[in-house]
Amino acid sequence: MESRRDVFQAIADPTRRAILTLLAAQALTPGAIADNFHSSRQTISRHIQILTECELLKPEQNGREIYYHLNAKQMKDVADFIESFRKLWDDRFNKLEAIMKKYKSRK
Amino acid sequence: MERKTKINAEDGKQELTITREFDLPVELLFRAHVEAGILEQWMGTKVLKLESRKHGSYQFETTDPRGNKYRFNGAIHDFSPNQKITRTFEMENMPFGVQLEFLKFEKLTDDTSKLEMHVLYESSGHRDQVLKIGMAAGVNMAHNRLQDVAGKLK
Repeated sequence: MESRRDVFQAIADPTRRAILTLLAAQALTPGAIADNFHSSRQTISRHIQILTECELLKPEQNGREIYYHLNAKQMKDVADFIESFRKLWDDRFNKLEAIMKKYKSRK
Repeated sequence: MERKTKINAEDGKQELTITREFDLPVELLFRAHVEAGILEQWMGTKVLKLESRKHGSYQFETTDPRGNKYRFNGAIHDFSPNQKITRTFEMENMPFGVQLEFLKFEKLTDDTSKLEMHVLYESSGHRDQVLKIGMAAGVNMAHNRLQDVAGKLK
């Protein structure tokens, strides 16, 4: 359950990416994470669970509260992420090309 | 679709290069980078400010499906029409730091052109972090909006 593929799938979801982005800035409790979203706490809790199972997040007990923070180690395999980064730019540039071709034909 | 966009990101380096060839004259490719109204459409981001000139600055804002807003900004250091843009880029309120971008525009034929984006980060660690989370999170979120815009243009 901890293969790269799982990490990749975990990151494919926009809400989970948003959670990772939030936690890149600071460790947060599940409640504090959920406050950033319109979804129910249950939904967010499920996302946190998936991210934790992939070891992208690490829970840390601090007094009565559990704080989640990013597990940078798990994200060391950059190659997978380069492909998603490439795809992102490819999509954008395809769009750019399509938009500008219309300008061209208007000439 | 053909894989036109190439990324060169060597292990342990604090830089990467994005290259892409376009079926567009270099003038149109350049224009897509300097006019706010056009940039908004393909970058999928709202342009709050875009001063396309030397010593100019810019600020973009994207909104994710949950309504969270993310802002990006930078300063333009060099601006040579149809040739080069040198600028900084930074995600606001994020720990990714600032990156330096060299955009080289090249005419291949009258109707084709090439863009090379050379991006430098503070460290290889910063680069990897941006690759993993920063760009994906900040920018992919705007894709829904981007598709709306593209749909309207048709």
